[in-house]
Amino acid sequence: MTATIAGQTIEVDAEGFMQKPEQWNREVGAEIARDSGIGEITDRHWQVVEYMRDQYLETGNAPSIRSLGKESGVPIKELYKLFPKGPAKLSAKIGGIPKPRGCI
Amino acid sequence: MTNATMPESATADLAVPETIKKVSIVISKGSFEGVYPGLIMANGARMEGIEANVFFTFFGMDAITKKKQDRIKVATVGNPGLHMATWLGGFPGMSAMVTKMMKKKMEELDIPPIPEFVEMIADTGAGMYACKASVDMFDLDKDDFVPHITDIITVGEFYEMAAGGQIVFT
Repeated sequence: MTATIAGQTIEVDAEGFMQKPEQWNREVGAEIARDSGIGEITDRHWQVVEYMRDQYLETGNAPSIRSLGKESGVPIKELYKLFPKGPAKLSAKIGGIPKPRGCI
Repeated sequence: MTNATMPESATADLAVPETIKKVSIVISKGSFEGVYPGLIMANGARMEGIEANVFFTFFGMDAITKKKQDRIKVATVGNPGLHMATWLGGFPGMSAMVTKMMKKKMEELDIPPIPEFVEMIADTGAGMYACKASVDMFDLDKDDFVPHITDIITVGEFYEMAAGGQIVFT
């Protein structure tokens, strides 16, 4: 299905995860963040979102929460403060990549 | 998937799958395969934004005991899941070897070793508790546990904490 996000028509799944990462830009990300209960997105959020997105584009998989905590530059404790409803899931959604399916 | 074009701010009406809101997980066994499932479920709950408590009781407390948490092994005797003859499982070093193989596989899957995993789960904001009855029985006190343990609590307090959520016993 499609949704209109930040004035653009975007391919999303039933939960709102973008299906085509190339349709993403920062305005789209910021609007998804507002709709996901994050509010106004900060530089700390962007740091996580960009790490998530870069890893996905590079490897074809979203990183685990473990590597997100170790390598994004934002430790686990802060990740959960920034994204209380689930750091990996929400940062993937805001970053315009499909929903991560890892268990860790 | 249907091809529906939605009005503006369409993300607001999307179907967010329903999950439980809160879970309290009891870890009662001290083997490698006894400890991991509960830890994975607790971490997984937090990843979904579900409130989580972990209650360590009996030998499950080894997972949070400083001197024991990185010495937890796979049971190679009396573990039919391994499909290994009992006499073979009892060979010296067998448990250590199987544990090592499993740890290697888990590292490849980015599943942390137990000490790191316990700390990570505490950092997600999950409550981590030791069972008072077991603490008394094994003559332990708070200093024997890793610092991420929130408290030592009674069974009654555990049930209070679990109110309004689901309980999983492992």
